[in-house]
This record gives sequence, C-alpha cells and structure tokens, in this order.
Amino acid sequence: MRKAIRGIYLIIILLFLYLPIVTLIVLSFNESKSMFAWRGFSLRWYKEMFNDTTMLSAVWNTFSIAMVSALLATVIGVLACVGILQFGKKGQAFLLGINNIPLLNADIVTGISLMLAFIAFGFYLNWGTVLLAHITFSIPYVILSVMPKLKQLGVSNYEAALDLGASPLTAFWKVVIPDIRPGIVSGFLLAFTMSVDDFVVTHFTRGAGINTISTLIYSQVKVGIRPTLFALSTIIFVVVMAVLVIANRGSSRQSSRNDFFLETPQS
Amino acid sequence: MKKLPAVPYIVWMIAGTFIPLLMIVYYGFTDRTGAFTTANILAVFQPVHMKALGLSLGLSVVSTVICLALSIPLALVLKHSTMGREGLIVFIFLLPMWMNFLLRTMAWQVILEKGGIMYHLAHMLHLPFPPIINTTGAIVLGMVYDFLPFMVLPIYNVLEKIDPNIIEAAYDLGAGESTVLRKIILPMCVPGIVSGITMVFVPSLTTFVISNILGGGKIYLIGNIIEQEFTTSANWNLGSGISLVMMVFILLSMAALMKLDKNGEGGMM
Amino acid sequence: MRVDLKQAPGRALKWVIEHGRPRKRAAARETEANAGGKPRRNAAWRTEANASGKLTRNAAAGPEPNASEAAGRTNVQNRLWKGLQMAKTLIELRDICKRYDDNVVLDHFNLTVEENEFITLLGPSGCGKTTLLRIVGGFEQPDSGQVFFEGQDITEFPPNKRQINTVFQKYALFPHMNVGQNIAFGLKVSGKSDSYIRQKVKYGLKLVNLEGFENRKVDQMSGGQQQRVAIARAVVNEPRLLLLDEPLGALDLKLREDMQYELIRLKEELGITFLYVTHDQEEALTMSNRIIVLNNGDIQQIGTPEEIYNEPQNAFVADFIGDSNILDAEMVHDKLVKICGTEFPCVDTGFGENKPVDVVIRPEDIIIREPGEGKLDGVVTHNVFIGVHYEMEIEAGGFTWLAQNTTSYDVGTPVSIDVIPFNIQIMHKPVKPEQEALDLEAE
Repeated sequence: MRKAIRGIYLIIILLFLYLPIVTLIVLSFNESKSMFAWRGFSLRWYKEMFNDTTMLSAVWNTFSIAMVSALLATVIGVLACVGILQFGKKGQAFLLGINNIPLLNADIVTGISLMLAFIAFGFYLNWGTVLLAHITFSIPYVILSVMPKLKQLGVSNYEAALDLGASPLTAFWKVVIPDIRPGIVSGFLLAFTMSVDDFVVTHFTRGAGINTISTLIYSQVKVGIRPTLFALSTIIFVVVMAVLVIANRGSSRQSSRNDFFLETPQS
Repeated sequence: MKKLPAVPYIVWMIAGTFIPLLMIVYYGFTDRTGAFTTANILAVFQPVHMKALGLSLGLSVVSTVICLALSIPLALVLKHSTMGREGLIVFIFLLPMWMNFLLRTMAWQVILEKGGIMYHLAHMLHLPFPPIINTTGAIVLGMVYDFLPFMVLPIYNVLEKIDPNIIEAAYDLGAGESTVLRKIILPMCVPGIVSGITMVFVPSLTTFVISNILGGGKIYLIGNIIEQEFTTSANWNLGSGISLVMMVFILLSMAALMKLDKNGEGGMM
Repeated sequence: MRVDLKQAPGRALKWVIEHGRPRKRAAARETEANAGGKPRRNAAWRTEANASGKLTRNAAAGPEPNASEAAGRTNVQNRLWKGLQMAKTLIELRDICKRYDDNVVLDHFNLTVEENEFITLLGPSGCGKTTLLRIVGGFEQPDSGQVFFEGQDITEFPPNKRQINTVFQKYALFPHMNVGQNIAFGLKVSGKSDSYIRQKVKYGLKLVNLEGFENRKVDQMSGGQQQRVAIARAVVNEPRLLLLDEPLGALDLKLREDMQYELIRLKEELGITFLYVTHDQEEALTMSNRIIVLNNGDIQQIGTPEEIYNEPQNAFVADFIGDSNILDAEMVHDKLVKICGTEFPCVDTGFGENKPVDVVIRPEDIIIREPGEGKLDGVVTHNVFIGVHYEMEIEAGGFTWLAQNTTSYDVGTPVSIDVIPFNIQIMHKPVKPEQEALDLEAE
C-alpha cells in the first residue's frame, strides 16, 4: 500500500518533469509548421535546422564560449587554490569568502554589473565580453571543487616528491595535479555546464551581434517559435542524456559533480 | 614567491566582481549627469515598482513553499526507491535539470498556450480550457518546474548521508514512524532545506525570464523592471537603484535563513 | 542448545574484579583449586564450584523471595540463592534462517538467553553475529524461524514495540540534539512526564559518570564520552534486554579496557540482560557470563569464559580464543596420546583407540627443560619479549611450538619440552569441510 503511494507520487512528479520535454520531442517530428496539429512524422525540421545559419552560429557560440571559458576558469581556479593555501589562516578565509560573492549573487545582478563595467571601460560588447563574463562566474565553482581535494592532499606528497629530487614544478605537475584530478575534472565540467546553461549574464553582456542557444530561444519566444527550435531541443536532450550516462559510468555515482553542486549554496 | 599563483584570481575578482558591483552602487546613487541622488533608490516606492516588488516576493515565497512541500516527500521516496541510490530513478529525476533552462520554460508556454496541447486535451475531454497562460499561476508553475530540482537535490543529498543507525536508534528507543520523521529525519534535513530554499527563492525573486515567457509580458516582477531599465528604457541609474534595493532583500532573506540553519557549516558571512 | 546454564555465571566477573587485568588461565586454575582439584570435565565439579558460595551474582536481579526466608540467609547465600532462582528464559531464537541473496548467514539457528545474563556472541567478522543481534533488535526480519520474548512471539514486532534497546557500534547519537535531549528521547516518545524525564536523564548521566553534561553538543564529546551517552540513552528506558553491537570497537585500547569494567559495573547495577557482540576474544572473556562462539552462522561452542578458553571443543575455537598450538595427533588409548611420534599421558577418555584427533596446548602450558629431560627435544628458533613473559618458538618433533615462559632461552639453545597431562586438550577431528580449511590455515 505504502509502496503504491510512493510509486504513484513518483510517477506524477516524473510526468510533471517530462511532459514538457516529451512535448518538445514530439513536436520536433511533426510535419506541420503549426505546433497544434499533427500532420505526420517528418525530419523536415532537422534538415532545416542544419541550414539555419543563425541557429548554427548560436550553437557554435554557445559551445566555443563554454569550452574556452571553462578551460581558462579551470586554469585560473587551480592556480588560485595553490596560491590561496600559501596565505595565513585569515588570508585564506578572506579569499575563500570573497569567492562566495559571485556564487550567491543573483544572475541578473552579475549580468548588469558586468555590463556596466564593460561599457564604462570602453569594451565593445561581443563574443569576447560574454567569454570574460562566463570566466568570471565560473572561477568560484572551480575553486569550490578543487580546494577540498587540495586540502585533503596536504603538502606531504608534494614534499616527498621534492625530497626525492623533483623540482617544485615537476612535483606539482607529476604529483599534485594527478592527485587532485577528480576535483579539476568536476570543476571543469561544472564550469562548462554553467556556461552552456547561462542565459541571464549572456543576455546583458552579449551586445547586439551574437546569439547563444539561450538568447536565441529567448528572442524566438518573443517573436514566435519555429519548429527548428524543437529539433534543436531534442538534439540537446539526447546529447545531455548521453553525456550524463557516460559521466555516470565513468565516475562513481557519488560524483563530486553532484555532491559539489549540492553543497555549493551552503558554503 | 609562493603566493604568486593566486594573483590572476585576485585580479579577476577585483576586476570581475568588485569593480562591477561598485559600478552598480555608483549608478544607483547618481543621476544621468553624474550628480549624487537618492532618487533611484526611493523610486522603489513608486506604486508600479512597489507592486512589482510585492508580487515578486509573493510569487517567490509561494513557489518556494510549493517546491518544499513537493520535495520533502519526493526526497524520501527517492531515498527509499529500491532501484538504488546508484540507480535509474535518481538519474531519471536529474536528467531534466541538465536541460537548458530556457527550453524548459518555453516548453510550458507551448503546452499552456491557447490552442496548445492543454487546450486540445481539455477539448477532447470536454472540459473547460484552463486559462493559465499569462497569469501569475503560470509563472508559479514555471518557477516550480524550473527550480524544483534545486530543492530536491540538497534535501536528498542530506537524507542520503544520514547514518541509518541513527534512524534505527530512534525506532529502538520506541519512536514510531511519524515521530522518527518529525523528530529525527526532518531536523537533520534542515541544512539541505535551507540550501534548497536559497536555491529556489533567490532565482525566483530575481527572474525576468519566466515572467516574460509565461506571463505574456504583461506581468511585471522586479526582475522585469530592472531588465527593462537596462535594455529598452536604457535608464541604468534607475535600474541600478532598484537592483540595490533587491539585493538588500536577498541579503535579508539569506540572513534569516542562516539563522534558521544554526548547524550549517561555514556561513557565507 | 541450552547448555550448562546454571554453571558459575559470576566466576569470570568475580575474578576480574579481584585481579584486575585477566589472565584467564591462571583464573581457571585458581577456581579449580577452590573446587578441590577435581577433573575439569566432570559436571559435579561445577556444582561444587557453585555450592562453594564463591559466586558474585547481581543483587538487584530476580524477584525478592519472601522476606523471612531471605532474612535467614547470609548475604552470600542470599545472592547465590537468587542466582539459582533465575534460570528464566528471556529471549528464545527458534530455528532462525537468514540469507542475503545467495549468502546464507544463519542456518536454522537456535539460542536461549536467560534473564540477567551477560552473554557474548563472539566470532570473526561475517560470522552472522551482527545479523543475529539485528534480528533480536527487530531491525531485520528472519527469512524463517521465530523470536520469543518471555514466551511471546515477537518476530513481527518492529523495534519500537520491543522492550529491547541497542547500543550501536558507532553510537548513532542524534547530531541535532544535545546530550540531555538524546538521553531523553526514548522517554519523551513514550510520553513520560517532564519531571520524570529530568530525573531519569540525571540518573542516566550519573550512571555513566557524565554528570552535568546535559547541555553539551554531541560533537563536542570524545569517542568514549559519546559511547557513554549512547549507553545512558539506552538504559534509561529500562529495557529488559540491552543489545550491544561491538560498542567498544571504535575506542582506543586504554579506553576500551576502562569501558569493559564500566560495562560490568553497569550490568551489576542495573540488573538487565546484556547481549553483547564482539570479535575481540579478550573482551568476551573479561565480561561475559557465557560466551557463544560463532563461525559461519553456526554455534561452535557455548560456555563460560573458562570453558571456552580451557576446553575448546574444536580447532576453530582453540585458534580463535588466544594463541595455541593445534596439532594432529593420534589417541593411542584412553589417557595416552601420540604427538609428533612421542607418547604423552593425558586425562581424556572416550576417543577410541588409535584414532586421529586434534590436540590443543596453550603456549603458557609448555614446560621448557634441559635437553633430554623433557619429552621432545628441540631448538629455540625465535624469542621475543612481550611483557611479563617471553614468547618463543621451538622447533621440536617436526612442529613449531609456540611457548611462553618467564625465563628467556636464547635462540639456538637446545631445549626439551614437556606438558603435564592436565594441559593437553583433546578434540575430535572436524567433520565439516570449512573447518578442515580452517585447520589448514591454522597450521
């Protein structure tokens, strides 16, 4: 009985969660341009999507920005962790404390503040400003996922490497980095995901010229959605699913990614 | 110099966080000519702004409460699901969360719109079409849909970490199921609940996307006001002033939550 | 499965109290001397030990007999009388089976626990002892079989409906409550009055020597203190049976020893039955009235600490309880056994003639003599001082003997070993294949 209630509750919630997604997937295969009448199965919108240059450039922008910003944020973040640990207790607490500010800030505040700063310092809003903005909000996530690993590692391994004759750089590269790699990987993935998913910050810092997937959807919602967008959603969904399946296989499920993600707001 | 690696980070924090935030403060307290003024801050008392702020607070409280009410039983069910923690159920539940936020919101518009799926469904069942779209109800629905996982996950995460022996100890000491839930499980979930509330309340309070897409552009939340000042109206001073007021509300709510979560590890303040 | 229930339940305890740190073998000898040196395996000896009045029985236990009768006896007699009165069954496990997937943990398991016993389930990890405890506590359901509590079938009862409380291995204190709230939890749940609860919490803390710690947070307490809180939290509910699942496992050595005495004292003071699970033979020997040695879900032996130590019934028990020399031997005839080709007189009878047997000889029972003066000549191959005495390995008769002696013999010294008949413990060869495997391992 109790099991049945649990099951029903779960099913209702899952229906609620998946109804919109299933709707998008179904509509993407609809021959008709109208989203309200079913005119038979078709791949028409997928074909059109690949000819839609605005859409393709939005996809390109989204992933190029995500990739570059995640990489740079990871490098800066890992270096920051190493450097921060060299500070005294108070210095560490302060530096890690300010790390929380962008995390807790509302997206819209981050977005408008960056936009104001870019304009005030004479930046021309384009791909580059979006990139800079994304790096800014990604760095704290990298630090949050790398720092615990680095602290846990301690200095003894690094010192042991030095003791055995390695130069500080070799010791760092061959001993420290491999040991904290799970943290680095999860930090990178998190930064990447945050960048792909971002709309608000991009919206304020992108200028007129460029679109990401999110801003494209936003503008289409205002003027009218074309079914090519449904095709794009379906592809995104499939890709996300594939990536998550692979990620789940690869790491144990207590993946630091989820763990970390959940703990973020607490810290 | 061993501290050298932290330099890029510190520079970036100054350039990317502090200076921009100071810019908001600067704009918020000046007028177009650059002269000091408190008018932008006080503008929040204009009826249209007051109404938007009140509505934002109201809707975000409502959607946070709904999320909380849905999430606690859901997290418990997930914990008990026999498919296992490693398992399918949790994965299935997490999947939609990784979809693009705009897509998820847009999908609800497609469903709810006049002539949309809901319309046809209601027509088929000879029921009256529920005119949800472009109402505050639709906005709340969107908020709950978009932010529900942010509430469930922290709670589930905390639940998962509770030592099963602790729950057994409670039964062992004579507690019945509801007592265990009220006295042991829920109090131990507080850190998860607090972070869940933060993760739902703040984005709900500041959103302009959901209200724009599901509110038909006619319902103004505080986020919409700010967004408009920065885009269409191009009155950055006013936008900054209202943002500052909104930030005060966010800080107040976080402070209240921190108080609630006395056991929370390492506060942000 | 009920074996020798009335035998001297307090002996180990008494000995511990008198002598501090236990060396059981000596204890056993002493008791034996008391008993007039009769052969150990004689049942009459046990009765005599009882009758000698050397028992320390819990004074609080059992119903008070009628007053005039009680007044006529000495204190010692009175306690003894009560001890004998108390053979009342508290818990009975009947034919319990439990399997996890393909892994059979308990196979038709039977056990009876008497009221006011300190009974220990002893065995290596994975032997089913924790499962057994969880079945008694109600945290797990047996696949088949029944659990009786004072004759009532409680197999289906949930944990909160049983008059049983548990002290968990890792304490399982509620982290969001302070010490006082933790201890009060069970009482609050059962709807006791505030004043009663306050009084009980105070009493509980006093019992575990933590007076005044009510308002401490749990995580501000050391491991040993947390353990005490966990015990207080369980006992204030006045359970009939207290289950303890390796409660000292997470503590360091010194603390563990202190807590052992603490638990014995508590048991004495409270007069409740303790069912204790451990893999630590030292712990089991120190505290228990009765030990149940388990392996692979089977009872290997039930007995008092002395019996388990002195008269292991098979090689597994001998090997698990303390260091020992376990050898293949041949029973020539009654009271004569051939070990390493040499005949040793012994005291056992009834093993047949020219039958293969196992022999256990404790290291401290090996007498080291000048070469030629003992039964088996050999050479010392190792010598380590381990405090109080030296532990040596002696190669003799093709076997490496483990010997303990207060005199040190240098490595390479030729010696001769001897064992008095009384200290040779003869056992039947194991019948089960898994025991054979263990024998191989032991060698």
